Amino acid sequence: MSGFFNSSIGRKVAMALSAFFLMFFLLQHFAINILSIFNPDVFNEVSHFMGTNPLVQYALQPVLIFGVVFHFVMGFVLELRNKKANGIKYAKNNGAANSSWMSRNMIYSGIAILAFVVLHFIDFWIPEINTKYIVGDMSGLHNGEFRYFHELVEKFENPLRVVAYVIAFVFLALHLLHGFTSAFQSMGATAGRKKTLQNIGKAYSIIIPLGFIVIALFHHFNH
Amino acid sequence: MKLTLKIWRQNGANDKGGLVDYKLDGVSPDMSFLEMLDMLNEQIINEGGEPVAFDHDCREGICGMCSLYINGEAHGPDRGVTTCQLHMRMFKDGDTIFIEPFRASAFPVIKDLIVDRTSFDRIQHAGGFISVNTSGNTQDANSLPISKHAADEAMDAATCIGCGACVATCKNSSAMLFVGAKVSQYALLPQGQVEATDRVKNMVAQMDLEGFGNCTNTGACEVECPKGISLDNIARMNRELMKASV
Repeated sequence: MSGFFNSSIGRKVAMALSAFFLMFFLLQHFAINILSIFNPDVFNEVSHFMGTNPLVQYALQPVLIFGVVFHFVMGFVLELRNKKANGIKYAKNNGAANSSWMSRNMIYSGIAILAFVVLHFIDFWIPEINTKYIVGDMSGLHNGEFRYFHELVEKFENPLRVVAYVIAFVFLALHLLHGFTSAFQSMGATAGRKKTLQNIGKAYSIIIPLGFIVIALFHHFNH
Repeated sequence: MKLTLKIWRQNGANDKGGLVDYKLDGVSPDMSFLEMLDMLNEQIINEGGEPVAFDHDCREGICGMCSLYINGEAHGPDRGVTTCQLHMRMFKDGDTIFIEPFRASAFPVIKDLIVDRTSFDRIQHAGGFISVNTSGNTQDANSLPISKHAADEAMDAATCIGCGACVATCKNSSAMLFVGAKVSQYALLPQGQVEATDRVKNMVAQMDLEGFGNCTNTGACEVECPKGISLDNIARMNRELMKASV
């Protein structure tokens, strides 16, 4: 089996598996964030649960970090290997004649997403870790109320942050528009080429990033 | 037709090589692309120069010998044809045409537009066959029932002529469409089952050893393939390798 993951196909499968995990994570992240529009109280409750539940914090969170790091590192490793396999560049290459822009530029949309993830870590994750595990305040309270919704609204007051969000999620949409069906294809699903899966892929790739953009804009203009 | 040709000239594997401009007049739109190159070579020879070296054999689209990256596409701008079946009517009078060899580290240039595609042969040697005794006691073909669907799909995969356009057009120089087709044509048939595990493992191992890149499912290979080999063959190869590895 270790031989399998060292083969070119094994690496594709590993990329696809980490992609499935990240796409699932994105879906649940979206489901929680969208609550902030419809019901701040429920959003606070769920955020508190996710932020303090030992299973989420000590089991799922490390898996998530591993998944994110793995997908990025593997992406770069594969890109470098593929560059090496290329040889001399063509003087004229008409890539648009046979493939989508998204499929040819996964590394660049990936880098844009990586930049956002780094920003998100500094912006959200590190302060959270600091409050909960260094200061030791697991209450999730601020002035006697849950702090999560309030913090979210505060974050989106800054127009620069909102712009960064919008740009990052546009790149995420571009990444997913190829990545979703590509992951299924790598796992051996010829269904990746059939209409249903392609349509689900398109819907997911547009609705989820667009939803995150709507959340950011909603809180920016509503508060 | 009057054309400006920008052709890759490289005098041997160790030469640096570069694009050289040629003017060619009187090209008929009914000529095949290779006939146009024949015409150019006559002109070059008459002027005392060295003709452009390029691969060709059957000139009827079935041998897989011709190649060329024409105006940024493997086998040129037409679909479902090899370079020998590409016609000059696809171009306009006054056009500038870029003609380059198939590029990939695993396809080193031998001379001008000729590249070494023996890496494909070595992948085939690693497992692209079935071991049967053919010394006069061959079984009757109808003694093994095969569904029409499987037979059709196996035949579709077997139409791969191994020209290397998939590798040339792939941004990753991946050979997975070729290897996928060669694995599939046996994987779909009962005769291929006996050696199925070793076949896919050995062919993929050889493909990796030759230095081909990793497929990222852009689908460019399928579009540029002169035989229309489907991306489904790559998915099938992936499944075969997963099955063989667990």
